[in-house]
Amino acid sequence: MNDPDLPIQAPDPKVSRAPRWVPSLIWLVPLVAAIIGGTLAVRQIRSTGPTIEIEFATAEGITPGKTKVKYKNVDIGDVTEVHLNDDRTKAVVKVELDHSAEAFAATDSRFWVVRPRLAGATVTGLGTLLSGAYIGVDGGRSKDEQKHFVGLESPPVVTSDEPGKRYVLHADDIGSLDVGAPVYFRRIQVGHLEQFSLDDDGQSITVGIFVRAPYDRFITPETRFWHASGIDLSFDAGGLKLQTQSLATILLGGIAFEPLPGSDVNTPAPEGAEFALAADRSTAVKTPDGPPQTVVFSFRNTVRGLSVGAPIDFHGVTIGQVQSIHLTHDAKTDTYLAPVTAVIYPERLGEAVDSGDAKARAAALVKRGLRAQLRPGNLLTGQMYVALDFFPEAEPAKIAMVEGGAVQLPTVDAEMIEIQTQVRSILKKIEGVPFDEIGKEARDTLVTLNKTLKRLDGVMSDAKTDTLPELKDSLRAISQTLSGDSPTQQDTRAALRAMTDAARALKSLADGLDRNPEMLIRGRSSNK
Amino acid sequence: MTLPTAHAEGLILCETCGLVCDPGREPHPHCPRCGTTLHARKVDSIRRTWALLIAAAILYVPANLLPVMSTYTLFNTSHDTIMSGIVYFWNTGSPDLAILIFAVSIFIPLAKILCMVLLLIAAQYGVDKGLRQRALMFRVIEFVGRWSMLDIFVITMTVGMVRFRSLATIDAGPGAAAFGAVVVLTMIAAHTFDPRLIWDRSEKKS
Repeated sequence: MNDPDLPIQAPDPKVSRAPRWVPSLIWLVPLVAAIIGGTLAVRQIRSTGPTIEIEFATAEGITPGKTKVKYKNVDIGDVTEVHLNDDRTKAVVKVELDHSAEAFAATDSRFWVVRPRLAGATVTGLGTLLSGAYIGVDGGRSKDEQKHFVGLESPPVVTSDEPGKRYVLHADDIGSLDVGAPVYFRRIQVGHLEQFSLDDDGQSITVGIFVRAPYDRFITPETRFWHASGIDLSFDAGGLKLQTQSLATILLGGIAFEPLPGSDVNTPAPEGAEFALAADRSTAVKTPDGPPQTVVFSFRNTVRGLSVGAPIDFHGVTIGQVQSIHLTHDAKTDTYLAPVTAVIYPERLGEAVDSGDAKARAAALVKRGLRAQLRPGNLLTGQMYVALDFFPEAEPAKIAMVEGGAVQLPTVDAEMIEIQTQVRSILKKIEGVPFDEIGKEARDTLVTLNKTLKRLDGVMSDAKTDTLPELKDSLRAISQTLSGDSPTQQDTRAALRAMTDAARALKSLADGLDRNPEMLIRGRSSNK
Repeated sequence: MTLPTAHAEGLILCETCGLVCDPGREPHPHCPRCGTTLHARKVDSIRRTWALLIAAAILYVPANLLPVMSTYTLFNTSHDTIMSGIVYFWNTGSPDLAILIFAVSIFIPLAKILCMVLLLIAAQYGVDKGLRQRALMFRVIEFVGRWSMLDIFVITMTVGMVRFRSLATIDAGPGAAAFGAVVVLTMIAAHTFDPRLIWDRSEKKS
């Protein structure tokens, strides 16, 4: 429909169309967009590592999208989701690890939540007070990949990048130990308690410890471990005993070890070696006891002062300890017996009782006079112990087998009890003295004496009133009689004079007679 | 009934100065008043619009999946995508903000791309139904397009303002770039599309 007014009817222009297969430049735009988008997508895919799931008892402080997974404080992943597991017992935390952290999805990796924590003497995770909790990880070395983990409730004591060795200890009880408790070697802290668990049979506890390099080379097969827990205060037949390791262990407990003196220190124990954890150092360094043998002693006397754990002594060497003390009634003799069950370690007797028929050996020993006797171990505390000794004069006795494989050994009365018996017999004799009658007679005597004295008293008072004046008169009379001018005196003097005259006459007579004996017949001659 | 059109009369409107010109037989006509090259229709409109739309659609995926904003504070580091931001506002008691961001940043770009696709297909195959509705749709698209840059605007503002060294820093993420590209590409696509094509084919058919 061209305008008819136009003068020139120009020929239609040649239209040369661009070949259709050459794409227009505009298609570069979506191409570039695709490249950019593809690059971003690839980078995103490359940067996301594996997604793992970790089970925790609680998801306290864990926020999806906010909480990080950190290793040595480097972010290696994010928590993307938190949900409960099927039976609602655990919180499952889904973690997207970074691509570079792929190796953390190994079977032996351990995860835990880092929160502020006060454990023993250490405070950890203070930084998380402000930043919120994060998930800590201890990278495993395993090549096997794992996607589901069970998180630890507390940070592991030892991380896998710390050189050292792990050992297994077997203990009777855990004492005051806890996870993280220190391990000491010559009072240097060289490791930690990593974990402990009750054995399946409930009879003992398995403790896992970690000893840092280079101290692990001091652990040889001959190393002994013991509880260095708190204060070890024992008050037994041996007296008062107080042992501590260091001030920290008093509060926290710990484990100490020491190679046996004289043992070879150049052969370290292999990783995972098993040891016994003794209750204290003295038990630890004791030679191994060998199989225990249960024995029963039936004491006829009181077992007061004998406690569970009291030593069984043989020639001054402790070979066992009391396990239980009972009381039974023997219907045959109508007496009460105290059966004391004890454990002895026959190997401590050395060659005296070595392997072989233990019963026959025991019988032979009993035949030689082996008896058990209660003896006072500590006079101060009154603690008793059981002594095994030879009493050749003791009444012959035999061993008896008790149910449960225990051997019943004969007993003799305690020395103290013998003394007591003698004292008692003396007392009985003293008791035989008729103190009652003696006392009665004495009282009667005293009464009589009293009466006599009373009577004497009456006599004395009579004498005072009647006799004394008379006596006074008599004395005065005597005194008068004896005075110088008394007639008696005069008379006496005259009489004496007369007697003197008479004596003189007699003397002259005697003289005359001496001279003239015929004077007796002829009389005195007149002057001759 | 067909209305007379400039195209049918062999006239071309100068896009710059609005002069209706008769290109005559010039292979490359120019506006006699302002000298602009004259095209009866926008050159290669449909193909270019398709290319731009496809590019926008491709970039729409990373724009929504990658973080648009990374916040580094003393205690925490977080990377937020557009969607996580919406969820955040919704959960923290600002549903109005969440709805606004959702509408502007997720719904509108997507709706724009879909509408453009619809317009293109309809123009290419000369569908002669709903011509006026499509014209309205195009007008709305052109008007609303620029508002999708709201997100980018907020991000550039915060990135510029929150720079407290180690205390708190906000960075734009790769998603922001992709999102910006989506918005720009859809705007260019809307511009490249020649709405006159909506009627051309349908009129040719009739």
